[in-house]
Amino acid sequence: MSDQDLLRAPLVIEYPFTRTVGPVQSAFLTGLREGFVVGVRRSDGTVMVPPVEYDPTTADELTELVEVGSAGVVTTWAWESKPDARQPLDRPFAWALIRLDGADTPMLHVVDAVSPDAISAGTRVRIRWAEEREGSITDIACFELEESA
Amino acid sequence: MTELTLPASLQGIEPVRSIRTPARLDYTFTAPAATTEFLRGIAQGIITGSKCPTCHKVYVPIRGVCPTDATPMHERVEVVDTGIVTTFCVVNVQFYGQAVEVPYVCATVLLDGADMGLFGMVAGMPADQVRMGMRVRAAWADEPSTSLESIKHWEPTGEPDADYETYKQHL
Repeated sequence: MSDQDLLRAPLVIEYPFTRTVGPVQSAFLTGLREGFVVGVRRSDGTVMVPPVEYDPTTADELTELVEVGSAGVVTTWAWESKPDARQPLDRPFAWALIRLDGADTPMLHVVDAVSPDAISAGTRVRIRWAEEREGSITDIACFELEESA
Repeated sequence: MTELTLPASLQGIEPVRSIRTPARLDYTFTAPAATTEFLRGIAQGIITGSKCPTCHKVYVPIRGVCPTDATPMHERVEVVDTGIVTTFCVVNVQFYGQAVEVPYVCATVLLDGADMGLFGMVAGMPADQVRMGMRVRAAWADEPSTSLESIKHWEPTGEPDADYETYKQHL
């Protein structure tokens, strides 16, 4: 029997995990559900987005959650020319680190740019919210170019 | 833990407590040559076994090599679609992705002429009346395919139960 004669079939293994998020991630996700972004103030006064429970430098417990802007600037990016079905957009897009206004650290998301020529470090982008939001990072459908309004 | 200070926009709002994080792996399973041959038989409504030239046991489904003697098995044996329940388990607990309603019965079915049991579901009778030694036959799908789902389940034939002594060496 040659390899071509062997039977083949899809085999899917799936585990439906749910996990609790704790109060800090909860604040971030609740904000997304309500349509705004929440970060945390670090010991040195700067703001991290998404928020973390402990200061990455001093290990202090962080407790002051603050709202930041829904627009910001691309700090670095990579072009995805062939998105697969599990990725956020069904057309070519940019993976990007975006520093939101009022934040001091960038967060990873996607930018719906028509071509790699339309984006560069320093490009202004803003959140396009998902129509139905549930408290998940996908509540941000993607970022879009601010100037294409 | 220290109390958090929330921005005004989050105060008095029902917080998100958990997120869904499903883990999913998409494979393409390639059946071995022996399994392919077995499943092509199933698509014709035929259950095929392989006979070991060393220990003379009949394996169902077909295996390429006898797991006891490591002898390649080339002889094919067609077995019938009737046999007996050797061991079984009544499933009463629901779980994610379950295809059938509880209670249902998973069983090892020893086909007449085979030396190894085949895994399947027993239906067509109350779950609490399934027993060891019970005679069953395959309930075939209307259109068998190269899938073990071609045998929907095993159902009682109504014949007298097999004596424990006749199958105890197959447990």
